[in-house]
Amino acid sequence: MALRNEAPAQVATVAVFRHRTLADREDLLGRLMLAPAMAYVLLLVGAPLVLALLLSFSAATAGSLSFSWVGLRNFATIVSDPQFHSALSNTVLFTVVSQALVVILATAGAFVLDAAFVGRRLVRFLILLPWAAPVSLAAMAWTWIFDSTFSVINWTLKVAGVLHGWFYWFGDPTLAKIAIIAVHVWRTFPFATVIVLAGRASIPRDISEAAVIDGAGFWRKLFQVEMPLLLPIVTVAVLFGVVFTSTDLGIVYLLTRGGPYNSTHVLASLAFQRGILGADLGQGAAIALFLLPVLIVVAAAMLRLARRTEVGT
Amino acid sequence: MAYVETRNLQKYFGDVRAVDGVDLAVAEGELIVLLGPSGCGKTTLMRMIAGLEQPTAGEIYIAGERVDEDIPPRARGIAMVFQSYALYPHKTAYDNIAFPLEALRRARSFIRDAVQKAAGMFGIGHLLGRRPRQLSGGERQRVALARAVVRSPRVFLFDEPLSNLDAKLRAVARFELKQFQRQLGTTTIYVTHDQVEAMGLGDRIAVMDRGKVRQVGSPQEVYENPADTFVATFLGSPPMNLVEWSGDTILGFRPENFLPKAVFATDDGVVSFRLRVREVEHLGASRLVYGMLEERVRTDQPVIADLPVTIRTPIAEGEVYDFAVARRALRHFDARTGLGQYDGAT
Repeated sequence: MALRNEAPAQVATVAVFRHRTLADREDLLGRLMLAPAMAYVLLLVGAPLVLALLLSFSAATAGSLSFSWVGLRNFATIVSDPQFHSALSNTVLFTVVSQALVVILATAGAFVLDAAFVGRRLVRFLILLPWAAPVSLAAMAWTWIFDSTFSVINWTLKVAGVLHGWFYWFGDPTLAKIAIIAVHVWRTFPFATVIVLAGRASIPRDISEAAVIDGAGFWRKLFQVEMPLLLPIVTVAVLFGVVFTSTDLGIVYLLTRGGPYNSTHVLASLAFQRGILGADLGQGAAIALFLLPVLIVVAAAMLRLARRTEVGT
Repeated sequence: MAYVETRNLQKYFGDVRAVDGVDLAVAEGELIVLLGPSGCGKTTLMRMIAGLEQPTAGEIYIAGERVDEDIPPRARGIAMVFQSYALYPHKTAYDNIAFPLEALRRARSFIRDAVQKAAGMFGIGHLLGRRPRQLSGGERQRVALARAVVRSPRVFLFDEPLSNLDAKLRAVARFELKQFQRQLGTTTIYVTHDQVEAMGLGDRIAVMDRGKVRQVGSPQEVYENPADTFVATFLGSPPMNLVEWSGDTILGFRPENFLPKAVFATDDGVVSFRLRVREVEHLGASRLVYGMLEERVRTDQPVIADLPVTIRTPIAEGEVYDFAVARRALRHFDARTGLGQYDGAT
């Protein structure tokens, strides 16, 4: 009724561009705006990858610019190298164990951060810090934490009366591996927590409440309702974690340099040692690229899984 | 004896008094509708009964047992149907319906029988293998109802369960809902902002506004004898006409009782008004006549008349006509408090 009394809508009288401008041409504009990103990816990721691929089939060394094709010889060499085996199994071990821990901790962390409590924002901020901290700075702190003389862990355990001997963290292969896994967990945990937190926020509140009304206790609600709904997003978090961890050079290199007695090398650190420090570019590239096909398969499988379990409400 | 009862129930969110001292008594087997505009506190009230919100103050009793302090939702013997249905999207219809029984750790064979029975009740036996996203809105709603029914709760809580259905389906679903509630005889609290739904479904209606219950009564009672001007204007479409009458009285009459004077056989028991017609809307089964009263205390008071199609009196916009209301259809409200005055005068 009221509508009839209103004046007719004002016809636009402002000057308008009568012709298509660049902003109207989405096809052209799209390409133009994508160009810098494409250039970045091609030049800084694509080119080195192709180069590494070529190098892995060559006998190139850091000392010469010669490029001689040797086919799969580099791969044959590393496959029969026990040290490569150890690095490969370390890579898998560090990745699997740290990511398993991260999933548990990140889920728990997300629940804690989701609850309302005083200082939640501060805690949320603090928990993100490890992710933002430069890896070298963090590694320095961890080197002190695991120092054979000054380790705060040892001192604390000693004072608490739990530890009677002494942990030589980087002097014992098992302890060194535990230390490396701990740092990996510490480093990927915040990112995963934030992802899971975001995922939890996307679960409709009604559904959690329905589970409460339907009589589900904490664990039933967690495992039967919330975890399945979180699965796609947790998968993404794990995928990132797997890729970050399995390709990471910094933590191993800065903490142990692959020691003691080359027992904690991972593929990345071994590749660095062979290819750069040892100047055998061909073998270094072969080691570095070894996991690429595996990672591609893992990524594809996880993304598929995530899509399959994706739930529309 | 009330089956579900709240005593001076309050819920404050900061300074906002979402529920502000509600005393509600629901009889066993009754279907009571909490009706009110959005933000009136009806959903918060229901959520407190469910145990999803902790009251700021007051008490809640279910079947004589005080539940507001220590009894978690799962132990209150309630089932709830959410506006969104809140089905578990990763579970099949079968697993959705079975979930409350699994939480009770019932035997697998018991669960299977109970799910089949509940599904049969709502005609969704053939859909049990599907997931929610493979179901239509109406089918989802039925799954949600089956999930509520399956463990024979003491109380049903419905939070606008029909509002996501299209209009046609809603009418059918409303009818079925009432049928099945009667069949089961389970005490039901039903929240809606839709007065048609409330009138059609409720044994009684509790009309709420700003955290308070304004009136509780049968659909007829609240419609015919509204407790105050809020209830008078909230119920009915178009709402009750309210006009200033004398200094301390507001006169109320429903549009369908406000008819051309010629319709009335005699002048006895009839109050007449001069009406200047501004606009006439033809709605098929009826005509809505918008106009201003030409007399009495103020001349510019807008009123609406709702004439059924059987009244053929020609009415033109801009003209003045004699309209009238039967005296027994008039309601009086206190101009200051808005409260209805029912001291035998009506």
